[in-house]
Amino acid sequence: MQRFDRVTGPAAPLLRPNIDTDVIIRAERLVGTPKEEMGRYAFEAWRYRSDGTEDPGFVLNRPPFRSAPILLAGPNFGCGSSREAAVWALAGIGVRCVIAPSVSDIFAGNALQNGLLPVVLPEETVRGLAALIEADPDRARITVDLEAQTVIGPDGAVHPFAIDPDRREALLAGLDDIGLTLRQAGAIAAWQAEDRRRRPWVWLEALT
Amino acid sequence: MPATLLDRLWEAHRVAPAGAGRDVIHIDRILLHDLSGARALAEVAEKGYGVANPALVFATPDHAVSTAPGRTAETFRPGAPGVALLREGARRHGIRLFDLGEDGQGIVHVMAPELGIALPGLSIICGDSHTCTQGGLGALAFGVGSTELAHALATQTLRLAKPRAMRVRLDGRFPKGTTAKDAVLAAIGRFGAGAGAGCAIEWAGEAVRALPVEARLTLCNLSVEMGARIGFIAPDETVFEWLAGRDFAPRGAAWDAAVAAWRSLRSDDDACFDIDLAMEASGIAPQVTWGTSPEHVIAVDQPIPSPDSAPDAGRREAWAAALAYQGLQPGRPLEGLPIDWVFIGSCTNARLSDLREAAAIVAGRTVAPHVSAWVVPGSERVKRAAEAEGLDRVFRSAGFSWREPGCSLCVAANGEAVPPGARCLSTSNRNFVGRQGRGARTHLASPATAAASAIAGRIVDIRKPF
Ligand code: SF4
Repeated sequence: MQRFDRVTGPAAPLLRPNIDTDVIIRAERLVGTPKEEMGRYAFEAWRYRSDGTEDPGFVLNRPPFRSAPILLAGPNFGCGSSREAAVWALAGIGVRCVIAPSVSDIFAGNALQNGLLPVVLPEETVRGLAALIEADPDRARITVDLEAQTVIGPDGAVHPFAIDPDRREALLAGLDDIGLTLRQAGAIAAWQAEDRRRRPWVWLEALT
Repeated sequence: MPATLLDRLWEAHRVAPAGAGRDVIHIDRILLHDLSGARALAEVAEKGYGVANPALVFATPDHAVSTAPGRTAETFRPGAPGVALLREGARRHGIRLFDLGEDGQGIVHVMAPELGIALPGLSIICGDSHTCTQGGLGALAFGVGSTELAHALATQTLRLAKPRAMRVRLDGRFPKGTTAKDAVLAAIGRFGAGAGAGCAIEWAGEAVRALPVEARLTLCNLSVEMGARIGFIAPDETVFEWLAGRDFAPRGAAWDAAVAAWRSLRSDDDACFDIDLAMEASGIAPQVTWGTSPEHVIAVDQPIPSPDSAPDAGRREAWAAALAYQGLQPGRPLEGLPIDWVFIGSCTNARLSDLREAAAIVAGRTVAPHVSAWVVPGSERVKRAAEAEGLDRVFRSAGFSWREPGCSLCVAANGEAVPPGARCLSTSNRNFVGRQGRGARTHLASPATAAASAIAGRIVDIRKPF
């Protein structure tokens, strides 16, 4: 997993509520597209016009935001399908962090598994950051500092955010969850032995 | 301490603490389909891990497979490698696979309850957000991404933070013509598509208790459209009766022990919920979505809202964009709007009871000549049962296409799609931009509304003659 410590750069404002994972990556792209190539299709319904050319009005096609590492989004970002390809697609266009008033639970889980940091800040703060960016799109920069758990706006204002300390550690170290859990294999085996007595109906026979 | 059903389900699966705020949660059932399941198996292999307990894992292809009569995995060529990976992984690890054309195959959230793979009190995951459907049986069921899926395959656990407990009560009784689908759409319309963020929703109240099992699955299916990864209903006699004798349900003494344990799966009367919402069931009319989020929903006879009346700037922009995409004007009702396509299918509404409901309306009538109408049964078993009752003949003689089980037009990942600009009344669960095909315009509704509208060629209020 890619480490995340500190990211500074332009932040693309895309403040609509309920941006769903179908819009981030279309279902038909899940078939046969390698993880690494998903970025080509990120937001394709919005990025491209029906003739295949780029829509210059879409924020991610505007020069300062073309490979912005930060996305400023509206509430309930990443709702809908659990497709992890939504995270791969964002990562594929260079997004490392999504700042939103709320982020869908499944999307957030997937993001954290891939070194993409979801940051939840109050809606006024996100709108304020977007306004500062829009005021000077070519120069305004935002910094997300995971170590300090802060977002630093273009005006220098510091906005602290919360994150599960365990998740923070894992992101800072680029650690994957399976390794962590396998260290607890003994506890899992003991729990399962006990559960076979407690809930025998759960435990099916292996296929022979 | 009074406990919620969520507390009980969580506690029953908590293996150990996993560090600040998270627990190692045991996963009792893992379901694999041809998109996320195939990816996760590949990822487990890539990282050099094994599958911890294949007996608790089940696989079926549903997403990227054609539903044309006589289909094989090759009919939709781009989907064939996913099916091949699933078959290969299942064989290698000794995972039960329900393959195309076999009894048991189907949309994963239809076949798992139907085979008794899903049971009350089990923790169930799938790389699919509508896994919450299975909460209709009283299970802790939720969708995960492929990395989490690989984690569960390798360890039989997940590291999870406990969600907050939300209850949504539907008090009183539904009026005639209102189905579970209408009820849940109305709830999403009232409370919002993000209302359940961070929560597990317990659906409760008199109207919910009165629902048969298949309608409970429909209700829980859309929990995720209200923002909640998990939705469930406390299991009761209705559920136990429905499950008894199913393929993977316990039998004999084990069944009795299980039912005795399942009876305690409920929230205490004085339990506290982090969020407690209620709605009066008797006021819920048949619902149809007008926009591109499930929260863009109104009663079929109500006017389409104007962006000027949106509660905030973000929604104003979203509503205007949705109206433009959908080709609609505010102020007019959806009732009477001409449609081009009707899709009766998906894990929301493609069980036998849904097909019966639709067939009863269709019987002896004909689909409007300009409408393409499809019925895609939720599973092989649903299809066979429907054919045994002659429902396929009812649909076919009315002019519907009667197809093989799969996700089909719900997600358009299998080469089947609603054409650009076409308007589709659909019994599925998502009306997102392009969900049913590039530029396709989706209106979500119940099977009854869909069936009647197919005949009329326009959106129908099923409470009135059409
Ligand atoms: S029917 Fe639709 S919502 Fe259900 S599992 Fe298939 S694609 Fe997902």
